[in-house]
Amino acid sequence: MIQILTTYGGLLLTAMGQTLLLALCGLFFACILGLIFGLLSVVKNRACNIISIIFVDAIRGVPMIVLAYFIYFGIPYLLNTIMGFGGVTLSALQAGTICLALNCGAYMAEIIRAGIESVDKGQMEAARSLGLPYWRAMFRVVLPQAIRTMIPSIINQFIITLKDTSILSVIGFPELVNTAKNVVANSFMSFQVWAIVAVMYLIVITILSVLAKQMERRLNRGRE
Amino acid sequence: MALLEVAGIGKSFGSTAVLRDISFTLNEGEAIAIIGSSGSGKTTLLRCLNFLETADTGSITVGGETLWSADDIHTQSEAAIRKKRLHFGLVFQNFNLFPQYTALQNVMLAEQLLAKERPDYKQHKKEILAEIEAHARELLADMGLSDRAGHYPHQLSGGQQQRVAIARALALKPDILCFDEPTSALDPELTGEVLRVLRDLAANKTTMIIVTHEMKFARDVADRILFMDGGVVVEQGPAKEVIDHPKEERTRQFLASYGK
Repeated sequence: MIQILTTYGGLLLTAMGQTLLLALCGLFFACILGLIFGLLSVVKNRACNIISIIFVDAIRGVPMIVLAYFIYFGIPYLLNTIMGFGGVTLSALQAGTICLALNCGAYMAEIIRAGIESVDKGQMEAARSLGLPYWRAMFRVVLPQAIRTMIPSIINQFIITLKDTSILSVIGFPELVNTAKNVVANSFMSFQVWAIVAVMYLIVITILSVLAKQMERRLNRGRE
Repeated sequence: MALLEVAGIGKSFGSTAVLRDISFTLNEGEAIAIIGSSGSGKTTLLRCLNFLETADTGSITVGGETLWSADDIHTQSEAAIRKKRLHFGLVFQNFNLFPQYTALQNVMLAEQLLAKERPDYKQHKKEILAEIEAHARELLADMGLSDRAGHYPHQLSGGQQQRVAIARALALKPDILCFDEPTSALDPELTGEVLRVLRDLAANKTTMIIVTHEMKFARDVADRILFMDGGVVVEQGPAKEVIDHPKEERTRQFLASYGK
């Protein structure tokens, strides 16, 4: 165990850094996508609602590993070979970010929709009766309340997405699982390596959970 | 000329007619109470006046300007309606204060956001915001809530919350203040403190429409009473006359249930 840590510790830590980088990139765009599609699903416009439903259902209906293969191999093949653009390449980080953003974005959209719908309709009505335009009422009055109820689900989704980065080892992104596989191949010490990897994930996610709890408590101040 | 003219308002939800041909007028400085049993369409009428629901027929005129007409599509666009809402202030049964803002912020919010649209906002931001805050504090003082300005809604009693809501509705100086059963969510003791505020407003000649179940209050404070049943105005007239000597049989039945 000590031997693994001294020999490969630095390598695994770097890989953890890559995992976090990928998760961060993915989550950033997932939040944007989630907010856009979440809002599209609550506005009073049938076309917008349908666009949101199609996005969420399409992404939820495809396993992430298929999505990863599709984006990393399928899209460049479509553009270069079938449509003849040529020279389009996606790095593993880019493909991984897109994949996580789409996948997590779809779930975030659902969380945001549910959060907005959980806010009493009277809030929107009160804001509108004061002459606030719809979007201003949404961002100043409804969303701040919705976010409080959404925080636990969002944190949960963040943790799932952080763990889902491991799936992107299949497109060769040098994140923790991918690197660990190589370390096992070199050292033949499966038990030790995977135990270390598991503990590394556990530590990072525990830290995230604790931070999340603190943030939740802060946001819940001033609420009955 | 009447400040508010409501003519032929009708509204159906699906095949259920909730309002049928509602017409009445309201003079400046007058308070009108709308009474009637639950489901008689009182609240829907108020919501139509505040454009929270869109009526199917009729028109709404304030100060000679037709704010909304079922026959004129130009009066129905979202942008057109937004500004017209400001003619009316609305106080809800459940207060609907914004929980993430303090009492003071609740009162200031709409005015602050509206001020951003003023052309001189950027130059005189500080003065404008100071003015708005002073106005809001004054309104809270009128409601007897000076010492509660920094409190969040959940730290206030129901009666205090409703008084903040009234201050909030008054902030944009609406022509007509509408109350949707303002005391129905309050216990009798708190009802008293909100009704006192309403009495003061009436004494100061605030133009008001009050949907209420408080018959004694309606009789004493309102100038006129509108009795609604089944989506129509059954009877309207001077408050004391309607309560003490109702002309219609249905009105008598309704008032009898209040032991009057």
